[in-house]
Amino acid sequence: MAQTNSRPLSPHLQVYRWTVTMASSILHRATGAALGAGTLLLAWWLLAAASGPDAFEVVQDFMAGIIGRLILFGFTWALMFHLLNGIRHLAWDAGKGFELKTATTTGWLAVIGSVVLTLIAWWLGYQVMGG
Amino acid sequence: MSLRTPLGKARGLGSAKDGTHHFWVQRLTAIALIPLTIWFVAALVSLAGAGHGEVTDWLSKPVPAILMLLLIVSGMYHLKLGLQVIVEDYVHGEGLKLTSQIAITLGCAAVGFAAAFSVLKISLGS
Repeated sequence: MAQTNSRPLSPHLQVYRWTVTMASSILHRATGAALGAGTLLLAWWLLAAASGPDAFEVVQDFMAGIIGRLILFGFTWALMFHLLNGIRHLAWDAGKGFELKTATTTGWLAVIGSVVLTLIAWWLGYQVMGG
Repeated sequence: MSLRTPLGKARGLGSAKDGTHHFWVQRLTAIALIPLTIWFVAALVSLAGAGHGEVTDWLSKPVPAILMLLLIVSGMYHLKLGLQVIVEDYVHGEGLKLTSQIAITLGCAAVGFAAAFSVLKISLGS
């Protein structure tokens, strides 16, 4: 379809009950895109490291600030969720896990697991810094 | 509104590009990214609060440098493929679609190249 569609859509987001399978599906895409934006930060960090101590200090100060930490925290969670849900996707590619109960359970595992892994990673990071 | 059937529009245009290759490479890079991501997170945690010297010393060693390069290559390719399907799903105006796909491809290549170059510069020496 080359022309953009301006016909009305039947309401769905405001109608159907949100399931974990629905949510994890769109979250997989959203976290993927967010991680893409995050790679810009990674590239900046690497570029600064290659440029010298002064350039690196700018990145470091940004990352240490409240905004930098919030972004980093969000990035960590997005990474963990996309990783766990990605493994769930690979299982589907192998033909496994399509039963509704299984898909729902693994969906919850991805959501909860990502939060847990994020908290563990950050706790460990603070331990390393404090030590 | 055009009265041509979808089949009529499609006939004679050849294959619909290379969807299987896209699917496969997306899975391949995904598989590679599982261990690389785990390593990456562990590495960043161990480098928490590290100064410039510590980071460059770490990236100068062959194994971290190699793994970082593998992460960059697989990650940027995986990102490019992922963003491509996002555009394919949501952007339908031909001009905007083409522009987006080109920007995504070139953007991922540029950022990946910059990151990889930085790693090489640090690890191969000033």
